[in-house]
Order: sequence, then C-alpha cells, then structure tokens
Amino acid sequence: MKLHEYQAKEVLSGYGIPVPEGRVTYFPDDAWMVAMELGLPVVLKAQVLTGGRGKAGGVKLARTPDEVKEVAKDLFGKKLVTKQTGPEGVIIRKLLVEKAADIGRELYFSITIDRTTSKPTVVASKRGGMSIEEVAEKYPEDIIKIPIDPVTGLLPYQIRRLKYDLELVDQEKEAAKVFNALYKVFVEKDCTLVELNPLVVTKSGHLLAVDAKMDVDDDALFRRKEISKMRDLTESDPSELEAKIAGLNFVRLSGNIGCMVNGAGLAMTTMDVIKLAGGEPANFLDVGGAATPETIAKGFEIITRDPSVKAMFINIFGGIVRCDKVANGIIQALKKVEVNMPVVVRLTGNNKEEGMETLKKSGMRFYVAENLKEAAKMVSELSRETEADINKSKQQKKDKEEK
Amino acid sequence: MAVCVYRTSRVLVQGITGKEGSYHAKACKEYGTKVVAGVTPGRGGQEVEGIPVFNTVEEAVRETHPNVSLIFVPPPFAADAILEAVGSGIKTVVCITEGIPIHDMVKVKSVIEKEGVTLVGPNCPGIISPGATKIGIMPGHIFKRGSVGVMSRSGTLLYEVSDQITRAGLGQSTCLGIGGDPIVGTDYIYWLKLFEEDPETEAMMMIGEIGGNAEEKAAEFIKSGAITKPVFAFIAGRTAPPGRRMGHAGAIIMGKSGTAASKYEALREAGVHVIENPGIIGETIAQVLKEKKL
Repeated sequence: MKLHEYQAKEVLSGYGIPVPEGRVTYFPDDAWMVAMELGLPVVLKAQVLTGGRGKAGGVKLARTPDEVKEVAKDLFGKKLVTKQTGPEGVIIRKLLVEKAADIGRELYFSITIDRTTSKPTVVASKRGGMSIEEVAEKYPEDIIKIPIDPVTGLLPYQIRRLKYDLELVDQEKEAAKVFNALYKVFVEKDCTLVELNPLVVTKSGHLLAVDAKMDVDDDALFRRKEISKMRDLTESDPSELEAKIAGLNFVRLSGNIGCMVNGAGLAMTTMDVIKLAGGEPANFLDVGGAATPETIAKGFEIITRDPSVKAMFINIFGGIVRCDKVANGIIQALKKVEVNMPVVVRLTGNNKEEGMETLKKSGMRFYVAENLKEAAKMVSELSRETEADINKSKQQKKDKEEK
Repeated sequence: MAVCVYRTSRVLVQGITGKEGSYHAKACKEYGTKVVAGVTPGRGGQEVEGIPVFNTVEEAVRETHPNVSLIFVPPPFAADAILEAVGSGIKTVVCITEGIPIHDMVKVKSVIEKEGVTLVGPNCPGIISPGATKIGIMPGHIFKRGSVGVMSRSGTLLYEVSDQITRAGLGQSTCLGIGGDPIVGTDYIYWLKLFEEDPETEAMMMIGEIGGNAEEKAAEFIKSGAITKPVFAFIAGRTAPPGRRMGHAGAIIMGKSGTAASKYEALREAGVHVIENPGIIGETIAQVLKEKKL
C-alpha cells in the first residue's frame, strides 16, 4: 500500500524525523489560508499516489498571496499525467501546502528490501533531487548500498560510513538520529520502501526531509491498523477494488478478450498465449484456487461490464478444485449474469470429462478447446469476428441513416 | 532417485487440523507419502486421518522422527512455524502459505541460511517426486515418473507444464514450486545443481515469471558451464504492464528490470532452450530430447 506524501511525513515526524511545516488541504481557499499561516514562500504539492509529480507539473512554488491563489486554483481538479499514470492520468484532489525549504544541498536516502540478498538495504547518494534511476545511470559511483542484517539492525559503523560518504560530518548527530529513526520506521511499520528524496541540508546546516515516500507491505496490514486506516481509495479502479473485496486478483488491460483463469502464473500465461495468437487480452483475472460459483459470477460481472470486451476465455486447471465443480459454477453464474459474447472454455485436470459433460448438457453455447494453444487461437479469431460484425452492423446502420 | 524428497521421506504437517491442512494431509497420505505426524498447538493427543497430532514440533520430532515439515499455518503465524521446524532440527521445510509479511521472511531467510535448511516456498504448491512422495497440494495424477526436473515460481503453471510433459510421453523426476513471493527459500540455482547431480534427471524445465532477477542469475550460472544437461525455460508475463502486481507479490516489473524480454535474452545467451509459446512446452521438450538421442 502506497501512502501519500503528507501521510508518510506524518508518520516520519512521529519518529522525530524533521519535515517541513505544512498541512494537507482540500480546497483552494483552504490552501490559501494555510499558506498565509505558514508564511511565504510556500510549495504546493499534488497528493497523488504516483511518482514523477514534479516533472508533470504537480509541484509548484508560490511567492505571493496571488500566486498561491492562482496555483491552488490551477492544481485542484487538474488531471496530472506522469510517466507512471499512463495517458489517463490522475485527478488532483488534495494539495500539501508547505513552507518552502531553505535548500543548501540535496541528498538521496532510502531503505528497501533487496530481493537478491533478502536483506533490508540502505541506498543513499549525495546526489539527491533527481530520480535514483537517473543517478544510477549517470553517476553510478555516487550510489552507496549498505545491506543490513535483520538481527543486528543498522550499526554504528554503517552510519559512520554514510556520514563520510554523504559529507554530513557537521550534522553528525542529527544524521545518526534521522538514519536510525528511518530504519525504525521501516521495521515497525512493515515498509517495503521508505524514501527521502531529497533529504535536504538547509543553508543553516540542518537536515530536513523535503519529500517522503512510503510503501507498506499489504500482507502486513493486519498488524498495522493505523496505516491501514490511511488507505485512499479515490485513485483505485472501481472494478479492481470490487474484485479485491470479492477475493479476486484483477488488473485491467487494454485489449478485447476477457480472461478468467485460476492461478496467477496461469493467468499471466493465458494473456501471453492470447497475444501470441494475435489477440489482445482485456484483463488479468485470477479467480484463485477455490473458483466457487460466486467468485466466477463476480468475475463474469466485472469482465462483461467493460464494453471493449468482445469474447471471453475461461481457462481452468483443475488442481485442488475439480473441473465439474467449476463447470457447475460457470453454468450457475451464467444464469445470474447475461453474457452476450462467445465464450471459449478450456478445462483440464481433475474431473475434466465430467466438467465437459456438464457444460455440454447445459444447453448453453460454449466453444470448447482441448489445449492452451487451440483455445487461444479460437478466442482470438472469435474476438476479431465479433469486432468485425459489430463494425459491419454499425456501418450498415450508418449507411441506412445516410440514405 | 529424485531430488530433495524421496519415498523414504517422513513428513510432519504443521497446521494439520485446519481445513487445508487436514484435506491435503489426507491427499498426500493417499498418494503414498509417509505422513507421520501433525502439529497444532492446543490439539495435541487428537488424530487427523489416523495421523497423531502434537502440540509442538519438538514433541512430534521426538516421538515420530519426521525429516520434512509441510506447513499450512495462516500467514500471521507461518514464519514462526517455519522457525519452529528449524529450531527442532528439521532440515527440509515446505511452506504452502501465501501472504507472509515480507519482514517476517527477511528474518526467516537469515536463519535458514545460517542453519543450512532447505525451504521450499513459501507461497508454493510444494514438491513431488512422482510415484514416490507428494509433499504439497498438487493434483498427483497429472505427474508421471520420468526424467524431467521441473521448477516453477507459479503453482498452476507447474501443473500446466507438468501435464504437458506427461502428455508428450515423458515424465518428471521431481517437480517443485520455488514460490511466488519476493523472498523465497531457494532459487533456481539450488535446484539446477541438484538436478545436474541426479542420475534420473536428463533435462530440466525452468518456469519463470516477470519480476526480480532469479532467472537472470540462473542464466549466468548455466553459462558458467556448471550445467551440462539440457535446460528448457518459459517465462510468464511477457504482456504484463510495468509497475502492476500480477497476482503474485513477486510478479511486478520495476523500471526496465524484471521483464520477460530481459529474462529470455539472458537465458538464450546461456544456451537454454527457450520456449516462448506456452502451448507447446511439452511437445518441444520431447522433440529436442528425441533429437539429442539420435
């Protein structure tokens, strides 16, 4: 779970990490009042759950009261398109208004879990303010990576090394305090990432976390209720959210073939095999190991709601779940949800024959495929045909109207 | 032989009184696995499917001498369950549980590395040596004793591919799920080494997916000349969008790293038989092996 910057700063500040004075606001007037309270100049920062805000124009400095009004009016309700959001962008609904920092130097400091070593790892650089990917590309020698043993935690010698490499000799005590506190947050809040970029050394020689990012492990939210409460659902895709509540894994894609699969790996593979056959998957959907009539019905509902879907592919490997049970689930679900498109079914594994028999006896029309290759080819062709039929009837209608 | 688990393996099931635990303990037993004990705190003295249940792993070990533990404990307590098995001297642990907090796994990983424990999973279907022993949740009937060693980060894909291998007239020596989480007990390299040494294994099948760099590391290892048997590979997720978690916690593309394309490239360079079409994995392996024998 990603936290907004203002939420992350709230948490960090609770651990004694210095952050700029500021407040989150929801209306332009509100932003103006907060700015006047803080004193100018201020920085107005879009609170959206995506990276690359600065470059996309979501972070602005305001020096005069009029500028504050102007910037706030401009940013609220604006669609922010960053390289992470894709062209659809995200609407700015909240602005963090902060006292502008008196920046001397900008550093980079983060803690994450390195998948290669399975250890928490500090990544730091004296080149802050730009993305760490950019630093890695241009100045790889300026990146410091320190793995931390989870048993001992961050050790004094590691902090000393950071002090010298980041040139923080004058801020020695403050730096040790910030680094230790950040590691504490990382562990105590079950973070997968805490990132200060930039961590600023002010002109007066103090450390200040001017930007903060915090990602918390979804699997640990059961024991981090205080973080769980901070979840902002306004930026989630409604269908993805609905799926999540129903216990399904759903990710929307841009194609026209709806996919329903059990198991994450097989679901990904189903997308791949459709693409290889010349089709375009409309989604990733893992109905999980259980695949009950309820989850299948929910899956149908979510998939068919998307108007671009022209054909559907149900791919079930009966491992724990038996194929005849899944087939029953499909038939029951189709009684509840209307599906006006060709449906290709491929069932294999436990009780496959019984499952196929159940589908045939139902009187409903399915395209039945023996294997993955055949099924993908079938559904790709059907999606093209349906698409062509729709276009043809549209054209005919248009021709009629013209006459 | 097979690798890691054998007909003689004595299995303990942690979380045996739960719905999943009892169902699969029975299924493993029916497959022929020697399930010697179960553990659920507070349920000591009971029996599940004729298997004695103990309160602690220590007691189960003392009474029944298992050498493998199979874990179905819910995510908040699963890391502790793994450490309990390790603390009681069990050297092979298979953890099915999905959704263990990553910080818990950081600690587990540091302990198992020091203790020299083999942890299969977590978030995996388990491990099977067809015809000998099944320690996990996979449907036993799709596997057939044979010569291909199969390792996979995904459960259903392990089934799909093993099924294709069986249908192509081949069989498997041992099949296992490495696990779908960012931190798992073993990597491909660990299994590649075992399969290379195993006389029964003639070829290996790696089923990978997007995210992380385990496949790239395996490619490097193969390239170093350590593996002489033919290796086949398929990577799921070539069409996955970057930055999105595709079901598995570990299946996410970050920036340019972790893509299917970069994994395929590394594997191809290492001389691995890359199979990009998941519909023809079984037949491709059969064909290549046949050509090699001629």
